[in-house]
Amino acid sequence: MSGLNTFQLLNGLTFAALLFIVASGFTLIFGLLRIVNLAHGALYLLGGYCAYAIASTTGSFFIGLLAAMVAVAVTGLILDQGLLRFVRGHELRQVLLTLGVGLVLNDMMLVVFGGDTYTVPTPEFLRGALRFAGLFYPKYRLFVLVLGVLIFILLWLLLNRTRLGALIRAGVDDPETIEAMGVNIRRIFLLTFMLGAALAGLGGAVGGAFLTLYPSADAEILVFSLAVVIIGGRGSLVGAAVGALMVGMLNTVGQVMFPEFAYFVIFGPMAAILAFRPLGLFGRTA
Amino acid sequence: MSEIGIPRLGLAAILFGALAFAIVPLFVPTYQVSILTEVLIYAVLAMSVDILAGYAGRTPLCLGAIFGVSTYVTVYWTSTMAGSPYVGMMLGICAATLVAMVFALLAIRTTGVYFILLTLALGMIIWGICLRWTSVTGGENGLRGNVRPVELAAHLPFYYVVFAAVVVITFAMWRFVRSPFGLTLRGIRDSDSRMRSLGYNVSLHMFIAFTVAGIFAGVAGALYAMFNDFVSPSTVALTQSVEGLLMAITGGAGTLFGSFIGALAIIGLENAVSLYTERWQTVMGVAFILIMIFAPEGILGGIRTLLARKRG
Repeated sequence: MSGLNTFQLLNGLTFAALLFIVASGFTLIFGLLRIVNLAHGALYLLGGYCAYAIASTTGSFFIGLLAAMVAVAVTGLILDQGLLRFVRGHELRQVLLTLGVGLVLNDMMLVVFGGDTYTVPTPEFLRGALRFAGLFYPKYRLFVLVLGVLIFILLWLLLNRTRLGALIRAGVDDPETIEAMGVNIRRIFLLTFMLGAALAGLGGAVGGAFLTLYPSADAEILVFSLAVVIIGGRGSLVGAAVGALMVGMLNTVGQVMFPEFAYFVIFGPMAAILAFRPLGLFGRTA
Repeated sequence: MSEIGIPRLGLAAILFGALAFAIVPLFVPTYQVSILTEVLIYAVLAMSVDILAGYAGRTPLCLGAIFGVSTYVTVYWTSTMAGSPYVGMMLGICAATLVAMVFALLAIRTTGVYFILLTLALGMIIWGICLRWTSVTGGENGLRGNVRPVELAAHLPFYYVVFAAVVVITFAMWRFVRSPFGLTLRGIRDSDSRMRSLGYNVSLHMFIAFTVAGIFAGVAGALYAMFNDFVSPSTVALTQSVEGLLMAITGGAGTLFGSFIGALAIIGLENAVSLYTERWQTVMGVAFILIMIFAPEGILGGIRTLLARKRG
């Protein structure tokens, strides 16, 4: 049994960055719309497959990323306007409906892409390893780390420094009052839903390049996202970041020290946090 | 009155259903007998889901995993340990009970969607362990068991053993949900703050309800071990919990006996669909979407509402 070295520490951090990208979308939707989107994992996988298909045909990784975000945001739009509108206000029915959508999407992707494993092709300048402080580390993973931090900053600025962000935060606290003040809260809800979906798509595209894409990847990422949100608390950006760091690091520690029980290691802290703060570290009552 | 006693119409329907389950297997081919066996086993899983989803108002997505724990332990005991199947089933049910108690301790403090999220994550942890702990669970390949005793190898005798067991289990569950304890659960479902201020220990009630649901899911899992003689990670996967929930909801949440209708409908659909396509998961997903949009009360729930409207 070996301890953690810098390499593994960085692995944990980059995984946390990816988790943050995916879980921030989840927690945004959960926080504002009160929708637990169990299709979020399937949206992640859809984003990954889209990025793979577009990036391999166009030869550009970044077009692939963009296409994945757009495609998944549109899927989110269809999901919200086409299906979720029929069950508005019923929390339980919404959750189970998205569960059904997740099953259908997953199965359809299995039809199109089969059970093979795919890797989103990365651009030339992100391949290979970077050498610093006597350590070789894959450039691409560092890119994911930077991207995660960038997304955190952008989302933070969006939520705290723009009018849209102010409306979203106000909507989290009290949607009725916002609506009474003449704001079209439905449009903001829809935008948030699409933004959250796009983040899942981006996560899939980015994750698909180093975690690879396979049919059960959606369920795995969904569970990690759930753990992040359960630890961090509903609708909290900082909570998602802290939760992602915890889950990412714990998962790495688990994989190094107890390979067969890596999944189980996230469970301990999650249980401890729930025992003291049932709504998560940064969660507030609805 | 239908909430407390059983109306005469309901009693007639239950007797008719039981009679059908008792007689039909004598006249159908063995393949259909084995499907009916599966229906009975899954109905028990669906009823255990219903205890939480329908009566306690907390929708669980981990009972399929608890069901699978029991199956794993039973199969492991008979194959790797070469032990007796009956001891194996007992151990399986005990293991399921233990897991349910641990999960219950974590989950009882949450309600609504948080309960769904948490139980989903807990169930997935079991799936992750079964998939990765290859030295014990056989990983993706699963374990082939030696559960079914020789005297029950034939389809028909096995069916009737399961049938007898399910009759006893159903009666026990029915007594459970109709007991004062079950009424308290329904009170918690409708308003847990009210029950709390009336002096009920809501957490303790939820803990017991969760554990009892886990025990029955474990019983179903042990029976399934005997039925299938094989277990793999798909037995503990999310789809298992989802299928149990879908059956409970299709039948009608909070109706208990609706679980039999739900199990029959879903397993019937699964077998009918498999003749034409391999896309069962899509069909199940679409079924979920349609039921959530058009018929959230389920079949029996819908019939009840119709009857109530006619009367009143």
